[in-house]
Amino acid sequence: MFMAVTALLVAAMAMTLVRVVRGPTPYDRILAVNVHGTMTVLLIAVTGYLTDRPDFLDLSIAYALLNFVGTLAALKYFRFGHLGDEP
Amino acid sequence: MSVLLDVVSWVALVAGGLLMVTSALGMVRLPDLFTRLHAGSLADTGGVGLILLGLVLQTEPGLNTLKLLLIGFVLFLTTPAASHAVGHAALLGGLSPDPEDTDDSQSAGS
Amino acid sequence: MGRMISLAVVLLGVWFILSGSTDPFLLASGVVSVLLVVIIAHRMGMIDEEGFPIQLLGGLILYLPWLVCQIALANLAVARTILAPVMRIDAGSAWVPASQKTPIGLVVFANSITLTPGTVSLSVLEDRIHVHALSRKGLEDLRQGDMDRRVCAVEGRR
Repeated sequence: MFMAVTALLVAAMAMTLVRVVRGPTPYDRILAVNVHGTMTVLLIAVTGYLTDRPDFLDLSIAYALLNFVGTLAALKYFRFGHLGDEP
Repeated sequence: MSVLLDVVSWVALVAGGLLMVTSALGMVRLPDLFTRLHAGSLADTGGVGLILLGLVLQTEPGLNTLKLLLIGFVLFLTTPAASHAVGHAALLGGLSPDPEDTDDSQSAGS
Repeated sequence: MGRMISLAVVLLGVWFILSGSTDPFLLASGVVSVLLVVIIAHRMGMIDEEGFPIQLLGGLILYLPWLVCQIALANLAVARTILAPVMRIDAGSAWVPASQKTPIGLVVFANSITLTPGTVSLSVLEDRIHVHALSRKGLEDLRQGDMDRRVCAVEGRR
C-alpha cells in the first residue's frame, strides 16, 4: 500500500517536471522546483516506511530545510545576479 | 481499533497522494504563474498534511511520531514563505497578477 | 530571561527528537551546545518577541483549529477548480487591509493567507497586504476581515 502512495508521488513529481521544462518564465520553473522539492520530502519519508528504515525521516527533515533555502537562493541569484557580495 | 486506524491511515495516504497528483495537474493546466501558485499551495497544505497524518497513524507512538510532526512543522512554516517569495519576485520582475493584461497565458498553453 | 529558558527547553526537545539517544555523553553535549546557542543568540540580541515569539503560543493554539478547517475547505475548492473539465478561472488581485500592530502579527496574517490554497500574499506593507486569489469570492471573503480579526486576537493574547 505504501507502494501506491509512492507511485502517486512519483507520478505527481514527473508532472511538475513538465512545468520545469516548459517554463515559460524563470519564476514558473523555480515554483515548480519548489513544489517538486516538497513532494521529494514526502517521497523520502514514505520510502523509509516502504523499506522499513525509519532513519529516512532524518533525511526528510534535512531535505525540507534545504529545499526552502535553495528556493530563496535561486530566486535571489536570479534577481540580483549574485548571492551576497558584489562580484 | 487497530483495523479502524489502518483504514483511516490508508484513506489519508491515498487521498494525500491524489491531492499531490491534482496539484501537479494544476501546475501543468493552469494558465499563468499566479494561478499556478495556488496549485503549489495545494500540495504544500493538503498533500503534506494528509500524507503525514497517514504516516503518523502507521507509526507506533514514539520518537518517529515526533519526527513526523517536526517535518510537518518545518514544512508549514517554510512553504508559505517560499510561495510568497516566488510571487513577490514575479511581481517585482514585472509580471502582472491581473488576467486582463497577461501576455504569457498564450505561450503557456502551447 | 523567561524567553531564554523557553528557547533552551525547545532546543533541548529538538536535540532529543533528532538524536533519540539517552547516552549520557550525547545528552551532555546536547546541553553544552544548547547553552552555547542561547548565549550567542542572546549576545546577538536575537531573543526578543520577533526572534522567538513564544508569547503567541497560546493564541496560536486557539487559532490553529479554525485555520485547519479553512485550509481543508479551500483545498476542496481549489481541487474542484483544477479538476473541472473546463476550467473557469476568475482570478484577480487586490489590497486587503491588515490591522495587526506588530510585525510578527503581520507575518502570521500573511502566512495564513498564503497557507490557505486559493489566496497568496504578493507583497506586505504595514497596514495592507496585496493578495492574489484564484476566485473573486475568496478575495471578498478575505476583505470581510474575519481572518484579520482572528489574527489580531492571537496577537492580543499575551
